Amino acid sequence: MYLYDQYDQAMVDARVAEFRDQCQRRIDGKLSEDQFKPLRLMNGLYLQLHAYMLRVAIPYGTLNGRQMRALGDIADTFDRKYGHFTTRQNIQYNWIKLEEAPDILEALAKVEMHAIQTSGNCIRNISSDHFAGAAADEVADPRPYAELLRQWSSFHPEFSYLPRKFKFAVIASETDRAAMRLHDIGINIVRGDAGELGAAFYVGGGMGRTPMIAPLIRDFVPLDQLITYTEACLRVYNRYGRRDNKYKARIKILVHELGAQEYTRQVEEEFAHLLTQGIEPPRAELERIKSYFVDPAFDANAPDVIDRTDPDFAVWVDRNTHPHKQHNYVSAVISLKPVGGIPGDATADQMRLMAELGEAYSFDELRVIHTQNIVLPHVRKADLFTLWQKLVEAGLGTPNLDQIGDIIACPGLDYCSLANARSIPVAQKISERFAASGKGEALGELKLKISGCINACGHHHAGHIGILGVDKKGVENYQLLLGGSEAEDTSLGKITGPGFSEDGIVDAVETAADVYLRERQNGERFLDTYRRIGMEPFKEALYG
Amino acid sequence: MKILTGNDLKSGAVTWWTGVDWSLHVEEAVDVGDQAGSIAAREESARRVNAPYAIDAERDERGVRPAHIKDRIRALGPTVRPDLTLKPADPKAGSWVI
Amino acid sequence: MVDILRFRTDEAVDHPAVTVDSFLDQSNATAVRIEPGDDARDLLPHLDRLRLIEINFPTYGDGRGYSAARVLREAGFAGELRAVGDVLVDQIGNMRRCGFDAFEPDQPLDSSDVENAFNRWPDVYQATGDGRVPIWNLRHPGSADG
Repeated sequence: MYLYDQYDQAMVDARVAEFRDQCQRRIDGKLSEDQFKPLRLMNGLYLQLHAYMLRVAIPYGTLNGRQMRALGDIADTFDRKYGHFTTRQNIQYNWIKLEEAPDILEALAKVEMHAIQTSGNCIRNISSDHFAGAAADEVADPRPYAELLRQWSSFHPEFSYLPRKFKFAVIASETDRAAMRLHDIGINIVRGDAGELGAAFYVGGGMGRTPMIAPLIRDFVPLDQLITYTEACLRVYNRYGRRDNKYKARIKILVHELGAQEYTRQVEEEFAHLLTQGIEPPRAELERIKSYFVDPAFDANAPDVIDRTDPDFAVWVDRNTHPHKQHNYVSAVISLKPVGGIPGDATADQMRLMAELGEAYSFDELRVIHTQNIVLPHVRKADLFTLWQKLVEAGLGTPNLDQIGDIIACPGLDYCSLANARSIPVAQKISERFAASGKGEALGELKLKISGCINACGHHHAGHIGILGVDKKGVENYQLLLGGSEAEDTSLGKITGPGFSEDGIVDAVETAADVYLRERQNGERFLDTYRRIGMEPFKEALYG
Repeated sequence: MKILTGNDLKSGAVTWWTGVDWSLHVEEAVDVGDQAGSIAAREESARRVNAPYAIDAERDERGVRPAHIKDRIRALGPTVRPDLTLKPADPKAGSWVI
Repeated sequence: MVDILRFRTDEAVDHPAVTVDSFLDQSNATAVRIEPGDDARDLLPHLDRLRLIEINFPTYGDGRGYSAARVLREAGFAGELRAVGDVLVDQIGNMRRCGFDAFEPDQPLDSSDVENAFNRWPDVYQATGDGRVPIWNLRHPGSADG
C-alpha cells in the first residue's frame, strides 16, 4: 500500500501545525465560531449532539496494522474506548475535546493518517472498492488513481469553498462494490479499444434529499489527462453550481438542471483550455504511486482447500469470504454487525486485534467497507480457520455479510445533530428479530440500510430495503423504501406509503420479508422479486 | 419554560444555563424567560459557551424536561450506550428520553 | 495589523473599480470589480487595458472568486488581482495560489497570522500557475514540466 514520502509527511505535519494554531486562535477568541467552523470542519471536527466529533479519513478504505492499532490507541487515549466506521470508509470518534483535537491529528500524522477534508464544502475522502487489488474481476487496482486524486484534492486552493461537499469513488471492475454512481464523481477504470487503461467519468450522482444516479459523461479519459479532466469537471461546478440554496448546491442539481449534455459540453470546453495549462502530474508520478500497490508475495504453494468440518466455520466461510485472484487465497470480511450490536462500532481492543490479524494473516493490510465492516483482503485459505476462531473469540465472527443482519445504519439521533430520528435502535431490533426467528438466513442476500435523516448517510435510497427516520411532530417516525441498489444495477428505492412507529417499522420489515419469501422464484434475491412483482403486493401486505 | 443550552467551548460537553453558570445537568437549568438572546450573546462572547440556543422545556417530577427528543438525548447521552450517559446506573433513564 | 497587503512593486491604481457591466459599457476604466455572479471570461477581450481587477468575496464561503482568479491568470492577465471583502487570514494562502497578488480585507489582519499563512506550506501538490513547482514535479525532476 501507499507510503508517505517526505513531501506527503511535510504536508500533514504542516496541517497539524495549522490546525493547532487555528484551535488556539479559537480558544483565545481571535476566531468566532462562525469563522472557525469551516476551518474545523475541513479538519473533520464537528460539534455533535454530545461533544465534538472527529472524522478521520481512511483513504480509499486501505490501512495497515500500524494504522489500525493507532486508531484503537486514539480511541483509548482521547475518546471512550471505541470508534465508529462510516459509510464513506472513514472512522469517527464521538467524544472529542477541542483542546485535544490537534494532539489527535499529531498522533494520526505519525502513522501517515489525517482528518483533512473529511467535512466542509470541499473534496472529501476518495472512496474505492474494498476488494481492490484482491478481487478476481478487476481490470486494474483502482487505488493508485484514488491516491493520485487524494494528493490532487488535498488543499486544492481553487476548490476549498465549493458550493457543497464533493465525493469521489474510484472503481475498476464491472461489479460495483462502492456505489460508484451515487457519488458526485464516479470513476471507473476501464480498458480502451487498444487495451490501454483509461477512466470513464460518471458525474452528478448522490443520495441525500434528491437522490440521483450519475450519468456517464465521458467513456474514456486517457490516464495522462485524468487530473486535467477532473479539474475541468470541478471548475465548471465551482463556477456555476448553485449557491442560493444549500439543498440545491450539489453537483447533481447542476448536472440535472443543465442537462448532462450541456454540462459535458462545458466540461469539454474547460478541459480543452486546461490542457494548455500544464497542470497534469508527470506520468512518472502515476507509475511511482502504482509501485506501492504491487501484489504482495503470495504463497503459490499454499493449500487450496478449506477444512469445513466445523459447521459454524463453514457457514462463516460461505457468508463472509470473497473470491481472490489467487486461487489459494480469499478476502475475509470481519463483520462489525453482531446481533443486536451497533453497526460499525468497534472497541479499541477490537481495533488492535484486527490490526494484529491483518499483520499476521493479510500481508499487513486491512480495508474498511462502506457497509461498515472490515476486510482482510489477502488471507491464505489455510489460515482461515485459525483466523475465524480468533474473530469469534472477540465477537467479530458474525456470519451475516450482505444479509438482513448486516445493516448499514448512520449514527442517527443518538449522536448526530442533523438527525430527526434514531437509527441504531431500529437496526438493533431488526437484527435481533431476524436472528431469533432464523429468518435472516432464509432470506439470503438482503441489504437493509437505515438513515436517521434525509441526508442519507445510511444510504437508505440504495437499500433493497431502506428505512428513513423522520420527525413527525416531535415523535420519531420511519418511512419504508423498497427496491434500491448501490451495485452495478444501481436503482433508487421507492417509499411504500405512510410511515411507521419504531416498533411498527420492525414489523413492517418482517411483513415485506414475508412477501418475498412467499413470492420468490428460483433463486431470486429480495431485490429481484421486488423488481419482478412490483410494489403492489408489498403495499397490500403492509397497509391492506 | 425557556431554557438555554450550548456546548462547552473546550470540552464540547453539553451544558445548561443555571442562572449563574453552565451545568452538565439539565435539572439545574433555569427559566430564562425572554433573556435568552442577551445571556447567550454575553456568555458566548466570553467563551463560556459555544453555539448556545434556547429551547422549550417543562418541569416534571424529575426536574426539567426539554420539549424535543433531540435535547433530551443531549441531556442524557446516547440511548444505545446507557453506560456512557450521565445516569449509567438508572435503568429508567432511557424511557425519560422517549 | 494589516489593512492592505500588496505583493507588487508597481504603483497602485488610485481610482475606484467599476462594475463589470459598466466596464463593458464604457471603455476608459482601468480597474474593475468582479462579483461572484459575474463571468470573469467576459473580461478576457479587454485584459490588456486593465491594471486592476478586484474580486469581491461578500462571504468567505463563496469560492467562485478562486476560479475567477485562475481564469484571469490563465488568460495572461498580469495586472493586479486584488481580493476584497470577507477575506480572512485562513484563506489568503489559497488565494495567493490562485493568482491574487493583493488583499484588501474588510477586517484588518494580524500581521504575524499573515506571515504564518504564507509560510505554512513548504510545498504544494497542484500546479496552479502561481509559479510554485508541484510536489509531483519535485519527485520527478527529469519530467517534461518539472
